Amino acid sequence: MSVFGQSVMRLEDAPLLRGEGAFAADIDFPRQIHMRVVRAEMAHARLVSVDVTPALDLPGVIAAWSAADVAEVPPIPFRATKVRGLEPYCQPILAQGRVRYVGEPVAVIFAEDAAVAEDAADLVLVELEELPALLDAAAEPTDFDATRNTEPTIVRKSYGELDAAFRDAHVVVALDLAIGRHSGVPMETRGAIARYDAAQDVLELHGTAKKQHWNRDEIARLLGRAPSSVHLFEGHVGGGFGVRGELYPEDLLVCLAALRLRRPVKWIEDRREHLVATNHSREQRHRIRAAVDAEGRILAIDNVFFHDQGAYIRTHGARVADMSAGLLLGPYRVPAYRATGHFRLTNKTPAATYRSPGRFEGSFVRERLMDAIAARCGLDRVEVRRRNFVDVSEMPYARPLDALGTDVVLDSGDYALLLDKALARFGWDARVADVARRRAAGESVGLGLGVFVEKSGLGPSDGVRMTVDATGAVELVTGAASVGQGVETALAQIAAAALGVDYRRVRVVRGRTDRIEFGSGAHASRVTVMSGSATHQAGLALAALAKQTAAALLQTPEDALEIVDGVVRRVDTPEGASVTLGEVARALAPGTKLSRDRATPGLTVESWFHSDHMAYPYGVHLAQVALDRGTGQVKVEHYLVGYDVGRAVNPMLVEGQIAGGFAQGLGGALYEEFRYDERGQPLSTTFADYLMPTIAEMPPLDILVTEDAPSPLNPIGVKGAGEGGTNAVGAAIASAVDDALGGRGQVTQLPIMPRDVLRFLAEGAA
Amino acid sequence: MSERRITLAVNGQRHDITVPVRRSLADALRQDCGLTGTHLGCEHGVCGACTVLVDGRSARACLMLAVQAENLAITTVEGLAPDAAMLHPLQQAFANNHALQCGFCTPGMLTTLVELLAENPSPSAAEVRVAISGNLCRCTGYETIVAATLEAAAVMRGEAA
Repeated sequence: MSVFGQSVMRLEDAPLLRGEGAFAADIDFPRQIHMRVVRAEMAHARLVSVDVTPALDLPGVIAAWSAADVAEVPPIPFRATKVRGLEPYCQPILAQGRVRYVGEPVAVIFAEDAAVAEDAADLVLVELEELPALLDAAAEPTDFDATRNTEPTIVRKSYGELDAAFRDAHVVVALDLAIGRHSGVPMETRGAIARYDAAQDVLELHGTAKKQHWNRDEIARLLGRAPSSVHLFEGHVGGGFGVRGELYPEDLLVCLAALRLRRPVKWIEDRREHLVATNHSREQRHRIRAAVDAEGRILAIDNVFFHDQGAYIRTHGARVADMSAGLLLGPYRVPAYRATGHFRLTNKTPAATYRSPGRFEGSFVRERLMDAIAARCGLDRVEVRRRNFVDVSEMPYARPLDALGTDVVLDSGDYALLLDKALARFGWDARVADVARRRAAGESVGLGLGVFVEKSGLGPSDGVRMTVDATGAVELVTGAASVGQGVETALAQIAAAALGVDYRRVRVVRGRTDRIEFGSGAHASRVTVMSGSATHQAGLALAALAKQTAAALLQTPEDALEIVDGVVRRVDTPEGASVTLGEVARALAPGTKLSRDRATPGLTVESWFHSDHMAYPYGVHLAQVALDRGTGQVKVEHYLVGYDVGRAVNPMLVEGQIAGGFAQGLGGALYEEFRYDERGQPLSTTFADYLMPTIAEMPPLDILVTEDAPSPLNPIGVKGAGEGGTNAVGAAIASAVDDALGGRGQVTQLPIMPRDVLRFLAEGAA
Repeated sequence: MSERRITLAVNGQRHDITVPVRRSLADALRQDCGLTGTHLGCEHGVCGACTVLVDGRSARACLMLAVQAENLAITTVEGLAPDAAMLHPLQQAFANNHALQCGFCTPGMLTTLVELLAENPSPSAAEVRVAISGNLCRCTGYETIVAATLEAAAVMRGEAA
């Protein structure tokens, strides 16, 4: 039986279980020194002066820099999209002229010991002249600098006859909705360890994640080096979720210091720093309107929103706002649409992507809108969704929209079928009856739903190199990365199934720029689709080469051969003459007769997979909640995630992605928020203030993984599985809480805090 | 900075080290004993990643000074498996049940649950949940950790998994 599709155990686990992992803080080099960052303590201020001399006087301190010392290094760039003109808003590696958020790097200390560096950082004198802090992205923009305001761009997308649709509508439903600021917050904080190998003239950066090749190219460019003289390495990564592995000021600072000071430089972020310095996400306010006909069918949607980007534009540019505009419509047929996304800066930590970026937000907004349409039209909430679904017969379904620079073409999907399956599995009808009975007895209980379309498999290209060595061991070198989600196991399974070996014989090499020239890393649910497809192709090509070679060795026609468990043998006489893949590899070693017929020796192939469009998985979230009328607590009593991933390479890993993603979505729906006081001081700077779900908050969770709509866009039919668990949690919980309150549409913001619930209950009683 | 020469007994091995008196036990284990399996997730005692056993009791290694650990028997994640070939039953059950993804919180989960299983060889799911209610995991959603613990408990009691 093929290992593709089997819930086999992970290859990653043994070192992680034994405490033998290699996370960033675990990496040490001889003669290393430690970096500490001095951070701004005001949200917005003129930077009058920075005096590092008191720090330099402390024994053990080697160097201390402020902006003037790094003036030649350009600001951190962003990955290109269609949006232009964002360059002036990028972040310098140390603050210049103004500080724009609490936590912004102002100076850096380098010392023999991490504790000494921290002591020295306290001695740096930073003189600030406080300016008014801008904290509301929906408020009027103010000055960014002498010539620019705090709205770098407006993301606009539209199609169809919007004005006519609103003019002719039976009803117009308008909502004002907001999503709170929260983020990935992985358990491992960031870290960066740079060393300059003068003997080889190579700069190395360790502790990296997610986007090694792009980061390598940019570090090289910003520091004036050839990319081939800079290499990034990935060890273990303690969670990514979008925020980890982007290029941050600290990455450039350790690299610059390693070059200047000629010693390895180590920086490990502490948790307080993480909560104010690593990318935030999600904060968005939508003023959305829908034009609807008498049957509850959507005629048009007008989506005006305000994206709170925080103080600077980081490596994603305007991508989250772009996706919030381009992917809002989800599974529904919408004849006319207009998005106006005000992409605005505030005096908070810069923002970027977090698991299901733009879609967690968009699903909350769209599904709140669907509930409101149902209420206005007097329709059942499930029925209004069914009436508006894009039908399976319409697939592939091209929307006249783009997102991330590619046209939005829904590749496959049967949304109505998954909704039916999910409702049946959840026992929706029985729960409706049960909820009615409990309400009659005085309880505040409710049901909610969210239906969504995810996206995955962002192209354009991914390649792998797959090699069998003389012992029969397989090495798969990929430009993908791992953030702890099981990439090695999934790619090994695909490789093993295509080639015909035990997946445990496949070693996956990832996250290293010195082993493969190009790569796209791990993000946007792309690895299994893109790198997985390249791996599948490589495995098939390697199998063909092995059979071709074995045919010569065994004097047998190629098409009479099969490869099972690393042995090439005859299909008709499996017990007869055979050769192992190791023997085939030896027969193709340099100088052998057979190798001379080929461009390169060895049992090795390189394969590239290209894709112009994304693959769109889709899902249904269903929730049952009960409200505590005394405390305002929301108790999630039962939850179901139904998700169609096309094909599951390893169902156990897919379910793991969904369960973990759900927990993060639950945090954003009910608990997690980066809060600020009126002067922009962050209030969520410890894990006692920034509340992530513990096991005590986890409800009974049911997961339904379906494979009804394999993607036609790749040879293995897969769609990404990483983000569907998170996508509609805010939507479904909000729907259920609102239902428990009587379905009045009171829930318009995330997270839903106990004080909000108490207010809603009081409003309802009034 | 004043320093002190101390002896730590970690996983049955003696470590004679000289540490600044302000160094945490976690930093001493990682930097002075070379045992980097104990992870620091918050350094303020909330996340539980740095949990070790001190004389058999779970303790946050980030909230304890190295000098306080002198003469106490410390067990870290590196001390759980019997040898290089075998895993501890709890470690094996974590692998069987996909109870880890990135693996960063895993050492603290394991030490916390080893303590639970020593005290209570037949815990209920609810008791497992209480035991790890002070350990944050950002990847798994926790449920597979509960399943793994119940499986390990059965194996350790000599019942077939």
